[in-house]
Order: sequence, then structure tokens, then C-alpha cells
Amino acid sequence: MSAAEVLAPAGRTGLGGRLLASELTLILRRRRNQLLLVALAAIPLAIGLATRFAGSAGSRDSVLSGLTNNGVVVGFGTLVAVLPIFLPLVVSVVAGDSVAGEANLGTLRYLLIVPVSRTRLLASKFAALVAWCVLMTAVPALIGLLIGVILFPNAQITVLSGNQIGLADGSARLLVAIGYGALMMIGFAALALFISTLTEVPIAAMATALTLAVVMQVLDLVSALHAIHPWLISHYFFNISDLLRAPVDFSRLQHGALVALGYVLVFWTAAWARLSTKDISS
Amino acid sequence: MAAFEIQTRALTKRFRGGQLAVSSVDLAVPAGAVFGFLGPNGSGKTTTIRMLLGLVFPTAGEISLLGSPMPAAAAAVLPGVGSLVEGPAFHPYLSGRANLARLDAADRRARRRGARSRVQLALERVGLAAAAEKRYRNYSLGMRQRLGIAAALLQPRRLLILDEPTNGLDPQGTREVRHLIAELARDGSTVFVSSHLLSEVEQMCSHVGVMRTGSLVWQGSMTELAAEQRARVSVETADSSLAKAVLADLGLSEIREDVGSASAVIGARRPEDVVVALVAAGVGVRAFTVAKPRLEDVFVQLTGEGFDVSG
Ligand SMILES: Nc1ncnc2c1ncn2[C@@H]1O[C@H](COP(=O)(O)OP(=O)(O)O)[C@@H](O)[C@H]1O
Ligand SMILES: [Mg+2]
Repeated sequence: MSAAEVLAPAGRTGLGGRLLASELTLILRRRRNQLLLVALAAIPLAIGLATRFAGSAGSRDSVLSGLTNNGVVVGFGTLVAVLPIFLPLVVSVVAGDSVAGEANLGTLRYLLIVPVSRTRLLASKFAALVAWCVLMTAVPALIGLLIGVILFPNAQITVLSGNQIGLADGSARLLVAIGYGALMMIGFAALALFISTLTEVPIAAMATALTLAVVMQVLDLVSALHAIHPWLISHYFFNISDLLRAPVDFSRLQHGALVALGYVLVFWTAAWARLSTKDISS
Repeated sequence: MAAFEIQTRALTKRFRGGQLAVSSVDLAVPAGAVFGFLGPNGSGKTTTIRMLLGLVFPTAGEISLLGSPMPAAAAAVLPGVGSLVEGPAFHPYLSGRANLARLDAADRRARRRGARSRVQLALERVGLAAAAEKRYRNYSLGMRQRLGIAAALLQPRRLLILDEPTNGLDPQGTREVRHLIAELARDGSTVFVSSHLLSEVEQMCSHVGVMRTGSLVWQGSMTELAAEQRARVSVETADSSLAKAVLADLGLSEIREDVGSASAVIGARRPEDVVVALVAAGVGVRAFTVAKPRLEDVFVQLTGEGFDVSG
């Protein structure tokens, strides 16, 4: 029998959309991740109720204090509340698991011999992480908006600069804030993905990534270290408050977005360099 | 080069930390063979297989798989290769079927259409169809091993590389795997199967390669191996040194003398002539036997003392 007869048909090769879909299903079907999503969705509820009965949406954070209460502000307040810890946590868990988890189970070797090239695997893993970051940023913020609109039906919003904007304008600004917040998390996810290629112990990758997120924010508070502040992605998290001024000054947001893209470029490349030269002996 | 489905030249792997796991291995696996890759635990079988598949990068040496260099040609070569490496590995909280579907989805050459039937067929082939919806974590060791083999059979394969495929299987499961391997070979696939059990290799392989502490100490067909299995005459007597001299006069080879006995490879001589010569020379023959050594003893001889093939 000739070789051609038993070889799999060459066919047209797909773009890899099936692998990406499989990655997303793997993340979203996992009970642990579903619980993280539910926990995040509950945060705006707590914020909305606290705001309704105890005062300002921004009261736990100076960025938003002094704003009138309404739906958009609850959405922003939710974002401000989840950005420092909760979002880095859910991103660390999934991104830290993405390569290290497969290495730990041994499924990494079976993916590679399918074959999936190491580059395509890392691209699919990262694409799925991008979707996870967008989802985890959008869900709490949009639920916050919804709860806010229900609790505080007043249509006019007084923004930080003192002007008033309508609900539609405010919601559009919240969408931009969600996009910006997701981009910050995507930059951080690239870092966590790189860490995930360094170990075969997923919990170690998760813990390291989360620790880094906290350390970066602590360093950002030490004014003596101002020289390194521009390199810390967390330094740019709260630029979303610029969206609550009229007119909006986008320059700081643009700067933050560029830094996040820089993180993606640097750490995805580092992850690729690491994975494509690594002996898979798990 | 093309006649061999697997060929390596001076293949070597030294792990970071200095461990020399594979040392200058020259494998040659002919097309159509069922090649038994035999060696005790830790002899470098899995490391060699990992290098063949591009999982581990060689420290030195060359690999040709299906006629193309590895790992350079991995994308073109690996679709034709189904493998089991160091036991099965799947996502514990997914069902057997979902795990296979994920591997099928990862294959760029596999279309979405037909995925269900490919997975179903592979499951049926290893007798797992009834347990397909169970979560992998609830599978027994044998079921896990079968699922691993099913993954290797998702596509028609020109070459199968199976690392200890009967590990953890009961005797019934072991028979089924042997049967499956014979069937795959009959359909034209080349099968490279590692094992630490000589009996297993003896039962299902046409060729064998023997690993010992990272080196390939012998390889060839089972026919060549059988030729190494030469019958010996041995005579029990009080005059062992006299017996030894007679055996030498007859031109026999590999003569050994122990207290109370002497033995030699008989070669083309007839046993009755040996007895006559012994008696004529005045050797007091107490017992006379002609026996083929067990394959295991041949291995010990080929691979050096202390090689525990059944370990
Ligand atoms: N990643 C690794 N790092 C260091 N040593 C290793 C690694 N993998 C295997 N080894 C060593 O290489 C040798 C061969 O192992 P292996 O190829 O698994 O043997 P086998 O499959 O024949 O049992 C063993 O001594 C093992 O300890
Ligand atoms: Mg092994």
C-alpha cells in the first residue's frame, strides 16, 4: 500500500477557528471560571445597593467621589472597583492556567503532535484570553449600568468637570471605558501568559501573575520610584476617569492604550520565544 | 532513506542538569514493520519518542520521519503519525468524546464536517462508545489508555508510535491492543511500539530494537533474532575438562566449562555424532541435552549482563 493511500487528506487547511472555539469552550465550561464570572457580576449589585442606601458611588474611591448618583456612575464605579484586584485575579487564574495547565495535565504534548504549531497554539490561547478579558470587564460594568439605571432613574449626569451629559452620552463613555479597561487587562494577560510558559504548575503561574499585579500597584504608590511608574501597566488603570470630563481629553487614555499594546507585543513575543524552544517533557 | 519510516543518526539527548537520556541512537524502522522498542524503565524509550515527534529537541543527531527531517517538517509529517506518548493525558472534567472532539478541532486538516463521525469511529474502534459521555476523571486506567489510542486513530495514519500502549490494561485489554496493532499493520501502517516486556514484543513484532541506558544495543528483524537463538549441547560429566577438549576437537564454538558440565553451540553437527565422540574419548556421560536458549537469555547475551528485560 502506498503512503498516499493512508495519509490523511491534505484538503484545505482551516484558519484555526475551530481551535479558538475549542479554547473558548474550555474556558467557559469550566466550573471555576463560571463561578468567577458570577462573583464579578455580583459586585455591581453590592455597589448599587451601597450607593442607594449609603451615599456616593465613588465613596470608596476618590476618583469618583463627588459625582451625582445615577446609572452611568454605578457602571463607572463598578469598573473602578474591579480594576485593581478582581479583574487581575480572574485574568491571572485563566491566563496562568492556559499553558501551564495543559503542561501539567500532559495535554500540551497531545495538542502539539496533532500537530498544532507552537506559534498557532500560543496565538489561539491569547485570542481566547482577549475574549475572556473583554467579557470579564464588560459584564460587571454593564450590569452596573443596568442596576444604576433602575436604582437612579435621573437622566442627567453631572460629570467631574461640572457639566451635564445625557444617559446616551454617558453610556457611550462607559463603553469606551470598558474597552479601555479590557485593553489594560489584555496587556496584563500577555504578561500572565508569559509566566504560564515558564512553569508546569498552573497554581504557581496564577499566584505569580496576581502577585505582580499587586506589586505593580504598590510600587506605583512609592513616589521615590517615579522613574519606573511609566512602565507599570497599573499606572494607567484609572485613566478612565478622564472619560467623565466634558469635553473628554483622550491623551492620557491613548498613552495608556499604547503601553498596554506594548505589553502585548513584548510579553507575547517572550512567551513565544520561551514556548517554541522549550522541551515538552511533561 | 525513503525505505525507512523512522531513521535516526547519532540521536542524542542530554537534559539540562547533565542527564544523558539518549546516546547516539541509530534507529532504522522499515516500512510495514511492527517494530518493538524494547528496554527497561529509564532506558530512554520515551525520550527518543519525544524527539521523534518534535516535543523534545535533540542535543545532537538527525531524525527522518516518513522521509522528512524532524522537527523541521513537523507540520507536514505529523498528520500522518498517530501517537501515544508516556501514557494518555486528557482534560479530567471533559467527557471522553469532548476530549477527542477538542483534538479533532485542533487539527487544521480536519474539517468541521465529519468531526462527529470521526470521533465516534475512533471511540468504537477501541470499545469506548458506551463510556463516551463519562467524564475522563471517572475513567479507569484501562479506559484512559484506550482513549489515548483512540486519539491516535482519529485520522488514518501511515505511522503509529505507541509508547507502552498496554500499560495498565488487563489481559483482555492487552489482547485487544495486540489485535488492534496487527490490524493496523495489515492495513499498511507501520507501527513503532515501545515496551519493557520481552514477551509482548515477541508476540506482536516483526522487528525489535533494544535500548539499554540510553543506547540502542541491538536492532533487527525477529528472524535475525531467532538466528541468534542457537541451540547448545551440554554434557554432564565428572570429566568436564576432557569433555571440553572433545567439543573443541569437533569444532564447536562458544565452549563453556563448569564444574560437572561442559557446553557449546552445536551448529551444523548432529547431536548423535557428538555423543559418539564423547563416549569414544572415554568421557563418562551422565546426561546429554540439546536446547535452544530462551529468548530472554539471548537478550541478556546481546545486551550485557544484568539487563532485566522483564523488569
Ligand atoms: N525532563 C527530563 N529531565 C531530566 N532527565 C530526564 C527527563 N526526562 C527523562 N529523563 C531521564 O532520562 C532517562 C530516560 O527516561 P525515559 O526516556 O523516560 O525512559 P523510558 O521511557 O525508557 O522509561 C531517565 O533516566 C530519566 O530519568
Ligand atoms: Mg517511558
